Amino acid sequence: MIRIENIYKSFNRFEVLKGISFQVEKGEILALIGGSGNGKSVILKHIVGLLKPDQGHVFIDGKDIGQLRGNDIEEIRGRIGFLFQNGALFTSFTVYDNVAFPLREKTKSSEKEIRERVMKELDQVGLAGAENKYPAELSGGMIKRTAFARALVIKPEVMLFDEPTTGLDPIIAHTILDLIKSLHEHLGFTAIIVSHELSRVFQIAHRVAMLHEGRIWTVGTPEEILSSKDPVVRQFISGVTGGSLKLY
Amino acid sequence: MIWISKLGEITLSLLNRIGRMGLFLAKAFLCAITPPLKFSWIIKQIWFIGFQSTLVIILTGVFSGMVLGLQGFHTLNRFGSTALLGPMVALSLIKELGPVLSALMVTGRAGSAMTAEIGIMRTTEQIDAMELMGLNPFRYLIVPKLIAGIIALPLLTAIFDVVGIFGGYFVGGKLLGVGEGTYFGEMANYVKIKDVLEGIYKSLSFGVIITWVCCYKGYSSGFGAEGVSKATTQAVVLSSVLVLFWDYIMTSLLF
Repeated sequence: MIRIENIYKSFNRFEVLKGISFQVEKGEILALIGGSGNGKSVILKHIVGLLKPDQGHVFIDGKDIGQLRGNDIEEIRGRIGFLFQNGALFTSFTVYDNVAFPLREKTKSSEKEIRERVMKELDQVGLAGAENKYPAELSGGMIKRTAFARALVIKPEVMLFDEPTTGLDPIIAHTILDLIKSLHEHLGFTAIIVSHELSRVFQIAHRVAMLHEGRIWTVGTPEEILSSKDPVVRQFISGVTGGSLKLY
Repeated sequence: MIWISKLGEITLSLLNRIGRMGLFLAKAFLCAITPPLKFSWIIKQIWFIGFQSTLVIILTGVFSGMVLGLQGFHTLNRFGSTALLGPMVALSLIKELGPVLSALMVTGRAGSAMTAEIGIMRTTEQIDAMELMGLNPFRYLIVPKLIAGIIALPLLTAIFDVVGIFGGYFVGGKLLGVGEGTYFGEMANYVKIKDVLEGIYKSLSFGVIITWVCCYKGYSSGFGAEGVSKATTQAVVLSSVLVLFWDYIMTSLLF
């Protein structure tokens, strides 16, 4: 479903991605792990066409994202839900209006139908009753769940999660990851999760790809990664400092 | 040779920036003339740029008119022509001070807020989120402000001119003794429709300049609080300078 072929990307002459290739099958959950500043979020932004690679290609269902323009890119994006690191909620809208926004603007649904869909999604992410709150009144976990509801309301075939648990306490973080797992089982979307919550992510991902020095260092099932003898992988999983991993 | 290379680098960078700003404006106009227009967003912006600026425009207008009345009376008195106070105040306000001071006040009050709002939306990835929903951020964030600026600036300028003329009359007429008939009668004799149109053309173009520069600076702002604050400062300075520069160009073309 998603195929990334040999992408390179530099910012101000600093090469972040140095020939990244991997693919994600339909219905699969791939966890993307690696040190901070290694370009995990950059990869997600390439998948939705917010960034263009200096070299290489990103294909979704065989279509090269970098070559699409206008309605074609809008059509592909309409099938992808993206959960931003900080939620990216519209701060001048209530929770309800945030979730309703893509439906109001992209569909011809009546306000009644929109209300039903929005309330269903809010209920699904455990936010029933919070629909009239503004983002400034929400906790970190509620912001992520609202953003999740907004991404889900368009019924995406692909969900991209950019550090969905960052800045949350361990219990809320696990709740969010459990929510991803249960909704994946229920809705069957293809997903890529960038997360540092390794123990829980390893339980819900089908495969794990580790990014190191701008390249995909290793890809495998969670069990293969956990039993890897590679010193870089071992160091990252155990969180020991002073090895071959560079900190940014 | 190093200085030639530096000069070339600076020139290219400047041309690059001007080109980006030009493309930004062209894209905004293209979106403004093609449907769908977001009417509720436009009305919200007219309320913000126009209605919410009314008080500051009235205050600035009335004091500008009063100062003109006072200065004008004493200057004209030297030549024994205080009867011309009305036309002097009206022409100064309608042709120059009304459009320019209204534009500068709107830049300070609404322009800076526009840049900060769009800059924060850029920094917090709200604009990216909009794009990922398959929506064009220009239609929601830029076009409503551009149209609101074009509508609101001439109206605010008209308010500025009217209260300024009455401010001038309060000082010249009520305090310094120029007759009401003389003040307004001479004004009717000397102020032509061409003068009023000149003010309207100027305020229309200032509406475009302010929203264009302020939206562009917000849209292309750097990340973090520093990036947004820098963009806001640049937007206010550049808008103000461009308003004054364009005022000179318009005056020389319209005379």
